[in-house]
Amino acid sequence: MNDYIALTYFDLMLAASFLLINGALSMGLKLGLERKLAIAAVRMTVQLVLVGLLLKSLFSILSPWLTLLVAIAMGMFAGREIWARQNRRLRGIWGFGLGTGAMSFAGASVTLIALVTMIGSEPWWTPRFALPMFGMILGNAMTGISLAQDSLHTSVVRECTAIEAKILLGADRWQALFPVVRQALRSGFIPTINGMAATGIVFLPGMMTGQILSGVDPNEAVKYQLLITFLIAGATGLGVLLATFGSVWRLSDDRHRLRLDRLSKAKEDDG
Amino acid sequence: MLHVTNLRRLMIGPVSFRLEDGECVAITGPSGCGKSVLLRAIADLDPNEADNLLAGKISRAEVPATRWRKHVAMLPADSGWWQDRVGAHFHDPDKTAHQLPLVDLPENAMEWQVSRLSTGEKHRLALLRCLENEPSVLLLDEPTAALDHETTLKVETLLKQQLVKGVSILIVTHDINQPKRIANRILRLHSGKLAEITA
Repeated sequence: MNDYIALTYFDLMLAASFLLINGALSMGLKLGLERKLAIAAVRMTVQLVLVGLLLKSLFSILSPWLTLLVAIAMGMFAGREIWARQNRRLRGIWGFGLGTGAMSFAGASVTLIALVTMIGSEPWWTPRFALPMFGMILGNAMTGISLAQDSLHTSVVRECTAIEAKILLGADRWQALFPVVRQALRSGFIPTINGMAATGIVFLPGMMTGQILSGVDPNEAVKYQLLITFLIAGATGLGVLLATFGSVWRLSDDRHRLRLDRLSKAKEDDG
Repeated sequence: MLHVTNLRRLMIGPVSFRLEDGECVAITGPSGCGKSVLLRAIADLDPNEADNLLAGKISRAEVPATRWRKHVAMLPADSGWWQDRVGAHFHDPDKTAHQLPLVDLPENAMEWQVSRLSTGEKHRLALLRCLENEPSVLLLDEPTAALDHETTLKVETLLKQQLVKGVSILIVTHDINQPKRIANRILRLHSGKLAEITA
């Protein structure tokens, strides 16, 4: 990797100056976006610098417990995001617990298997490999699960007359909820499937681009990208499936009743 | 027959009553008094408590809810549909199509689109759909509310045929003349309790 080109802070300032052009345009056209743009840019800079410092010290301390702690914190933040992205949520601990649990279980087991068998770093939990991989897998599982949960919880309310009509004709809870479950699973899977189909033609994945820029042979970068994408698809599929069936189980009971009382009211539109 | 002993749900109950084979009982009461809640509780559609519910030889507590609902069929005031075509909601659309004239619908109604049905058409189709399971008890929530007088009488004729076959019917109605035409007895639901109205 001798052809790696380190960036100077002057390079970054030069790149950031493009934002000034956008900001000036926004002011000129009275779009009112310049404030939001500035805040977002500053936020990103601060967050990334802090993450850089955190990762640098984590990599040098090499503690399994600290690595685990960071992984758990990532899971909690992603779980909160799943919770926040749903218009209607399961009541009680299930609202946060089910999505977070499904995502963490799927993400952690897929990452674990990959680290131990495919990456084979020494020790296997080396934070330089474990945390970025877990983050990428978790982020995609998070998107899939929040889309699936949101779809299920919205359509189960919208279709409740049809679902109960089926139940009244003697259908069990899985038969009655099958159409909304299928729709939810589709919503959860489709971003991953579409992403795979467009990769390499419409866009080059960020991780692969990064590896190529840092001097890795493109063939090797492609192999890494394929590995990560397969892992992401696997974890997203598993997580979406777990969360959706968990929700169905929670939204019905053993007497095959639809239990919408276990779902919260819709969020008010904030206009 | 349907025997209900000490059924409780929210503000309803405990209520107990009996319907014999071929008997039709009407339930009346002001709007919001819980008539639909009562029917839903009998069908086990909402959590409820009861000492015993018996339909023929079947005790509700001893069979899966799916089996109970095939014997004790409830027709809700809002009919639900999940496919585009009417016929797709029936087990045997070709056989049931012959019964469509009984409720004043043409035999090709099985080919209709659900999105174009009127409320009254939906109600009559939902009634035929629910009869496909050949239930021994019918719980009907205002089955003729959206129908004109003539069609109402046709639906009542169909219900009377069911009574002759030995089916028991519990019917919620706001039409004050309907109980006189088809019901053997009238029960009034008030403050969560059922009381017999003597004519």
